[in-house]
Amino acid sequence: MSTGNMNLTLKVWRQKNNNAKGALVDYKLADISPDMSFLEMFDVLNEQLINKGEEPVVFDHDCREGICGMCSMFINGRPHGPKDLVTTCQLHMRSFKDGDTIVVEPWRAAAFPVVKDLTVDRSAFDRVIAAGGFISVNTGNAQDANNLPIPKMQADAAFEAAACIGCGACVATCKNASAMLFVSAKISQLALLPQGQPERYRRVQSMVAQMDAEGFGNCTNTGACEAECPKGISLENIARMNRDFASAKFISEETV
Amino acid sequence: MSGFGNAFSSSIGKKFIMGITGLFLILFLIVHCGINALIFINDGGLTFNVGAHFMATNWIIRAGEIVLFIGLLAHIFQALRLTLQNQKARPVKYAVNDGKANSKWYSRSMGLLGTLLLIFLVVHLKDFWVVSRFTGIPTVDANGHEDLYAVMKEKFQDPVRVIVYVLAMFSLCYHLLHGFASAFQTLGWNHSKYNGIIKGAGVWYSVIISILFAAMPIAVYFGLIQ
Repeated sequence: MSTGNMNLTLKVWRQKNNNAKGALVDYKLADISPDMSFLEMFDVLNEQLINKGEEPVVFDHDCREGICGMCSMFINGRPHGPKDLVTTCQLHMRSFKDGDTIVVEPWRAAAFPVVKDLTVDRSAFDRVIAAGGFISVNTGNAQDANNLPIPKMQADAAFEAAACIGCGACVATCKNASAMLFVSAKISQLALLPQGQPERYRRVQSMVAQMDAEGFGNCTNTGACEAECPKGISLENIARMNRDFASAKFISEETV
Repeated sequence: MSGFGNAFSSSIGKKFIMGITGLFLILFLIVHCGINALIFINDGGLTFNVGAHFMATNWIIRAGEIVLFIGLLAHIFQALRLTLQNQKARPVKYAVNDGKANSKWYSRSMGLLGTLLLIFLVVHLKDFWVVSRFTGIPTVDANGHEDLYAVMKEKFQDPVRVIVYVLAMFSLCYHLLHGFASAFQTLGWNHSKYNGIIKGAGVWYSVIISILFAAMPIAVYFGLIQ
């Protein structure tokens, strides 16, 4: 890994486990390359901590290509840091200046309890998906795809909703820790396609009920989620979810 | 309401109530502002008093007044409930949170703006509503109608009251700037062909209503109208 000339002060949230009281701890880092990713900078910090015999900082990461949704740092008051449309792993140190102080905190939400340091438990999202974020299809030969014509606009909108990687930045940045952007994207990607229609109104009710049960807050339409989403998921999805929810509750004859 | 299940106890259902009552209050403000703007006809409040007399005596309006209070209380009650829930959803706050990087300050301050409006509303109801409904308007105008305009002129001689009313209209403006379009989004009325119209109408509505209301105490205090 190349060395550089950046000197940084990190204030990192350290918390032993979910029950322990955490605090911001200061670390000085020298000779950081501007070409490093933010996570590589943390790798350098951890190597130094290990060499000193201290506990390294625990943080989530996996693909480091911006597509898995594992990395989850709240950097200087913004999820995934100061750049738009990138995840923390795709954020580079050139986005900071020599001598900067960088505050790094975990996602903060009752539904995302801290596991350790910067790692939070996002299994609430998994339970929301399990409540209805799927389609039920009998096994057998797949039919010819051309049997289901889908208008381009519709297909594109579904694809854009499906770009959600479930990182939780929307929850992290929302002043109410609401998960509406995530849940609406996962509902929309199916609601927009013919395969999603049979369970459309059952799905929206089940997933919203699970979202509420997990203790996420309520949306106040500030738009912070859309602005911070590394995949640019649109607020239109929330409107679509609300519309489907109203249809499900007041028009659909099927009850869940 | 068996078939509706938990429609209104869910997070989205509670927001529907906020949106519907909000739009209802937005419609009310048009009526309120329209009738009050009759003072700008500058006929010593004669036309305004006709409007006020109609509003005070017509039974449909009086029934509507009850619905208005129910709508207002529902809006306040639901807002409190949602705010308390939202605070519970983030028990540990961030040390650093750069809200201005991703959202407008007034969209994050609807509770504060709403609370300021509620305080203003108590003052405002005491100033005019209590007088016209309970303690009675002392004088009549040339047409024999209760002279509510005279009450207005007397109240707005007090510069402190004028300043409070004008400041409250700033709160109203910003509350509406977020609330108008937000209500449409909440109710799912989002459509690429109409989004621009809704946003634009929201800004125009908020600014015009607030300026008109703020102009009333100013015009009376400085004697710009009879």
